[in-house]
Amino acid sequence: MATLTMREALNQAMSEEMARDPNVFILGEEVGAYQGAYKITQGLVAKFGDWRVRDTPIAEEVIAGIAVGAAFIGLRPIAEMMTFNFSLLALDMIVNHAAKYRYMSGGQIRCPMVMRGPSGAAAQVAAQHSQAFESWYANCPGLVVVMPSTPRDAKGLLKSAIRDDNPVVFMENEVLYNLKGEVPDEEFHIPLGLGEVKREGKDVTLVAWSRSAVTCLAAARQLADEGVEAEVVDPRTLRPLDEDLIFESVRKTGRCVVVEEGWPMAGFGAEISDRVQRNCFDALDAPILRVTSADVPMPYAKTLETAYLPQPAKVVEAVHQVLYR
Amino acid sequence: MTVTKVVLAKLSPTMEEGTIVKWTKQEGDTVKVGDVLAEIETDKANMEMEALGAGVLRKVLVPAGGKAPVGALIGVIAEPGEDISKLTAQAAPTAAPSPPPAPPAPAPKAEGVAAAPAGAPRSQPAPAPAAAVERPETPRPEAFASAEDAGRVKASPLARTMAQQQNIPLESVEGTGPGGRIIKRDIEAWSDRPRAARPSPAPAARPAAPAAPSARVPAAPPVTPGEIVPVSSMRRVIAKRLAESKFTAPHFYVTVEIDMDSAVDVREQILEVEEAKVSFNDLVVKACAKALPRFPLVNASWNGDTIVTHGEVHVGVAVAIPDGLITPVVRNADRKALLDIAREVKDLAARARERKLKPEEFTGSTFTISNLGMYDVTEFTAIINPPESAILAVGAVRKVPVVVDDRVTVGHRMRVTLSCDHRVVDGALGAQFLAEVRRLLEHPVGLFV
Repeated sequence: MATLTMREALNQAMSEEMARDPNVFILGEEVGAYQGAYKITQGLVAKFGDWRVRDTPIAEEVIAGIAVGAAFIGLRPIAEMMTFNFSLLALDMIVNHAAKYRYMSGGQIRCPMVMRGPSGAAAQVAAQHSQAFESWYANCPGLVVVMPSTPRDAKGLLKSAIRDDNPVVFMENEVLYNLKGEVPDEEFHIPLGLGEVKREGKDVTLVAWSRSAVTCLAAARQLADEGVEAEVVDPRTLRPLDEDLIFESVRKTGRCVVVEEGWPMAGFGAEISDRVQRNCFDALDAPILRVTSADVPMPYAKTLETAYLPQPAKVVEAVHQVLYR
Repeated sequence: MTVTKVVLAKLSPTMEEGTIVKWTKQEGDTVKVGDVLAEIETDKANMEMEALGAGVLRKVLVPAGGKAPVGALIGVIAEPGEDISKLTAQAAPTAAPSPPPAPPAPAPKAEGVAAAPAGAPRSQPAPAPAAAVERPETPRPEAFASAEDAGRVKASPLARTMAQQQNIPLESVEGTGPGGRIIKRDIEAWSDRPRAARPSPAPAARPAAPAAPSARVPAAPPVTPGEIVPVSSMRRVIAKRLAESKFTAPHFYVTVEIDMDSAVDVREQILEVEEAKVSFNDLVVKACAKALPRFPLVNASWNGDTIVTHGEVHVGVAVAIPDGLITPVVRNADRKALLDIAREVKDLAARARERKLKPEEFTGSTFTISNLGMYDVTEFTAIINPPESAILAVGAVRKVPVVVDDRVTVGHRMRVTLSCDHRVVDGALGAQFLAEVRRLLEHPVGLFV
């Protein structure tokens, strides 16, 4: 088993799938000659040529539109969004076209595309470049929404996403690109819609994905020092959601804290809270709590950025509350 | 066309009616033969009632909290869409649980259960109705119920589930969560605490309970002075059987004092050598079990024209449980080793308190022992548990001044009183039996050979 960064794992996934299937191609801003704004596509243009790793103008609606059209005629495009903040420009293509045609054509037209790139806050890139959009995309039927938290998950899920016949919104996290982890050497896939318990515990269930799952693991280590065993459940795919895995954990622990980088209002954590309270009502010993970002645009100041985001200390505090400590 | 009547089964040998503690299947649920349909409180224990047919539980005729006689139609299992109106129309309207007789008490919430939409499929287990927790035997004190804000017991769903499973009245649990919410740790603390330390319900509405004599002494069940308490199935059976016993069997009583010094030593040695705890009561059970085969008429029953002597020795041990008592039985106690008896009694008593005994575990005793030693009772008399012909009432082992070699010293003494049915046992026989029990306890080596 090799130790890779998430950046390398994502690169491997695309490289392997492109080698396997000539229909797979990449398009986006700076993906070719510049090797990717975040170097996720490093070396791919040399390997597969600029016909299959295509630089585009700075025009997200065009990128998404080309990907949707290509997918309709049977190709498997990977459209890179430099960050998901810019995907707002492509929203009509994604929501009105990619997500709808399979349904509206009675299954005649499929849209096997992946739209991938970093989402969420990085370091002091301020209000317009620090946003978490999973709640927006997960709200839309017809889309698959994936958010990995480890290099292994990133590779296994991206390979599954490329092979899936539905449009997949694959949101990475800039802060996690250098995160290292073990990745199997052999061919492997992680099915979409399958979550994983990242750490076992009996006292409280922490549900989190992407960077928030890493935050929760840090919180769980702190909690362990005071004798609290937190279970960290990472759904990995938000839509479809592996709700049974979450329910199983909450029925064991009796307490649930959902942690997400999005804003609190109508956030994806509210969806999880709703499903947990309906399905695990008799198992709950405390209200379900949510730890989210603050309900404001991201401030630029470093101290305020820290205060805005979910931090391990905030997760620990929420766990104390549900444990009535 | 398969319609299965759900009829209240006779779940204990003496059961005449039952209370539906809860329905484990809801209207609209699919059931297989053998699925647990409901939990029924009989006169002895809470028992599970199984489905005898398959289909959909179409109708619940007696909701949780309601009572029904054995044999009554309490529900209907049928295929979806099948016409069951004739059956349900026949059912006697016994449905709603009788409201507690105390003045303006909260309306029993079980009606809400009965009103649940019939046939509505539920993909998820429905949350336990509050009525199933608020057992009809423990109506809330009026003052508590009338205060609108305080009228609701706040408990987490998990705490409610746990309380229901363990038959803990939520009203008597002190909530340590926000706003007095009862949470898991409160239920755990309640179960772990000795009963005397458990607060009585609704402390605001009643004077403080007098301090219990000793921490490990079970307290009387919480009842408000002036309250009219409905009679539970168990209390009805206690009343009927013991009145019958006392009125028909002519009781007489023989008391002896037993020197327990050696028994105290033996108990300590067992603790040291075997690391096992044996109670004085376990020693008494063993001594009686050993003595009984030598006195067949003490291990016997009056049968009108005949006296039935029993070939086997099954010793019942009275156990106090909330709202009554029950006598789990150590079968063939004469053939069991002391440590086995100790383990068995401990297990039976624990399950008796949870009302989880099976009928065969609390029926068929041939002799009974009742022990109030834990209340520091010196001696008392017990009423014979019919159809037996004797019961032994055991007092506390006390340190008392005794005369040994003309000097006053400290000794351990215990008084036991045998109640005998004079139709079977005469005074001399009772005295001889007690002499043998005393001999065995004063020379406990006899218990091991």
